[in-house]
Amino acid sequence: MNGTGNIVALRPFPDAARLELNDQQLRTNLRRATHTIRDKRLRVVGEVDDWEALRRAGAAIKDDVLARLPELLERFEESATRAGAVVHWARDAAEACEIVTRLVTGTAAREVVKVKSMATQEIGLNEALEAAGIEATETDLAELIVQLADDTPSHILVPAIHYNRSQIRDIFRSRMPGVTDGLTDDPPALAEAARRHLRAKFLSATVGISGANFAIAETGTLVVVESEGNGRMCLTLPETLISVVGIEKILPTFSELEVFLQLLPRSSTGERMNPYTSMWTGVTPGDGPRTTHIVLVDNGRTATLADEIGRQALRCIRCSACLNVCPVYERVGGHAYGSVYPGPIGAILSPQLTSSGANSTLPYASSLCGACFDACPVRINIPEVLVHLRQKGVDAKRGKPSAERAAFVSLSWIMRDRRRYAAALRAARRGSAPLRGRGRLRRLPWPASAWTDSRDVPLPPKQTFREWWAKR
Amino acid sequence: MRIALFITCVNDLMYPDTGRAVVSVLERLGHTVDFPEAQTCCGQMHANSGYRAEAMPMVRGFVDTFRGYDAVVAPSGSCVAMVRDSYPRLALGDPDLESGVAEVAPRTYEFAELLVDVLGVTDVGAVFPHTVTYHPTCHGLRMLRLGDKPLTLLRAVGGLELRPLASAEECCGFGGTFALKNAGVSAAMLADKCGAVDATGAEYVVAADNSCLTHIGGGLSRRAASTAKPIHYAEILASTGSAS
Ligand code: SF4
Repeated sequence: MNGTGNIVALRPFPDAARLELNDQQLRTNLRRATHTIRDKRLRVVGEVDDWEALRRAGAAIKDDVLARLPELLERFEESATRAGAVVHWARDAAEACEIVTRLVTGTAAREVVKVKSMATQEIGLNEALEAAGIEATETDLAELIVQLADDTPSHILVPAIHYNRSQIRDIFRSRMPGVTDGLTDDPPALAEAARRHLRAKFLSATVGISGANFAIAETGTLVVVESEGNGRMCLTLPETLISVVGIEKILPTFSELEVFLQLLPRSSTGERMNPYTSMWTGVTPGDGPRTTHIVLVDNGRTATLADEIGRQALRCIRCSACLNVCPVYERVGGHAYGSVYPGPIGAILSPQLTSSGANSTLPYASSLCGACFDACPVRINIPEVLVHLRQKGVDAKRGKPSAERAAFVSLSWIMRDRRRYAAALRAARRGSAPLRGRGRLRRLPWPASAWTDSRDVPLPPKQTFREWWAKR
Repeated sequence: MRIALFITCVNDLMYPDTGRAVVSVLERLGHTVDFPEAQTCCGQMHANSGYRAEAMPMVRGFVDTFRGYDAVVAPSGSCVAMVRDSYPRLALGDPDLESGVAEVAPRTYEFAELLVDVLGVTDVGAVFPHTVTYHPTCHGLRMLRLGDKPLTLLRAVGGLELRPLASAEECCGFGGTFALKNAGVSAAMLADKCGAVDATGAEYVVAADNSCLTHIGGGLSRRAASTAKPIHYAEILASTGSAS
């Protein structure tokens, strides 16, 4: 079953990217932010002697989980249920939204507080709740900024990465109740304004909605890792807690968690340890929420699991390290990817979850430079998957006429045979001879114009290598 | 030792000087090189663009041509990465090809690897009295882990002054068909790379791959303020006097 929700791009990547490229401010903001996190990450990763071994361990644990996912999910459901949680299963975004909305409506609550959850972004939960007359407040600072601005996240970890301080001040001034024109763009002042705004919400909301970074099958425990402390509030104050969790978040036991609590903070925020790690198991009488629900979401994950090469994308722990080192992401930002999962991981995850439409341009949104693979704490070979997905796309269109295919086919026919190949080289050399006086070409007809729009083309010299070799 | 030369399609047509430079350095060091004329192209562009079926005849051709040599050397990091990193994957399921790849791929070297790792040379006796800045290409850097092997060779060149390149490890934006399919993003990446090259004030920008150099050079020649010329480091290593 294909995934639905906010993972389906509305327009092809090159078109969306073209729009974002015009925004000089965006590029400046992104460059500054990604380079800062990138350098921090390199420093703290460099401190760990066995980082490579940890990465391999992380990858191996995730692969093992993926290999026996159904069994582990059942065990998780059993343990969580035994601990007093109610477990729900959702096949796609619509089903997941429907379940959560029903649960919230059932409590008669009209407002909910949320702690960052990619999964709820993925399924479009805020929109669904709004349609049901329920106000959802994001409590992560960056999420809140994006929500107030009526925007969508642009980064996995820092959804408001595309704004600078003064832009954030302007958003607060115009959208946050009670904020005056006197608010400065001083970070502590901005944080204080947000804190005051959120405090009121935390105290009045009776329903909290969260995601989870990890779900422990053995005990039914959910784990949330964060740095602002808002998670603590969302997870403990409300009477009802609903957690929306992708089915790939499972870990067999607590002992595997240790590896990821080392890999995740260093890769994502460049911290040795994240400030807050919250874990909860079902309900505890007299402490925390009285009712806990867990919605396990598939939304295209099972389909992704079926692809032997592509399934490694499900190892992802959403650290965002690949975004911060990606030269393409740095130029266009998250919105160009048309999905809540941007950057290199988005380029391989979104098309697999949805297998449709404009998402098919995402595997080409990369120069295959490999920086993402090097940065990924669970060793997802993103370039390998990108090429694999390109190939799947090409194979799916076999038999349909295409100028590109025709070019590749005839090029392959020439290049597989030395005589044809040598003749082609000779012809190319001779054909360009009349132009040689000019040295370089500045304009070529379509499709090569895509090249000459910003680059000159050198001309072949008088002799090919093999002609020289034959004569020497 | 039987050394075979693999001259990639880009080098054969566009940059024969780079191939000649490899021959001249190796011969100067007392080695004979063989250029098996049955060779064509490694198939990288086809495979990376998703045309696996169309790439396979080239993969087979490469393996058949170069089986039996002690070492295969190519002046292109990305083509060597294709052979060493992608061929084993592409060959999966075809036992004959798998064994051929297992034989050939580990013995296929980028030029600096052959010189430093296999032949144990870091000073090839070159002289090149110019300022240069070095761009480590992505495939050389992250797939072959060339590290500073090309730099070690350059540092031994007489008269050469090496200038550090800011954000050197960032992709120049070429990426084969990426430069066409996402031309705008590619151009934005190129602009930053060209800016960094300009800032060094070097006379030459050097790399281990002529395709990246075509891209960077094509960008530089559009910028009025740019003066750096692209050159493959093999050509510097071949030089024994002042270059043109
Ligand atoms: S793909 Fe790897 S680097 Fe990127 S977000 Fe996922 S875990 Fe992090």
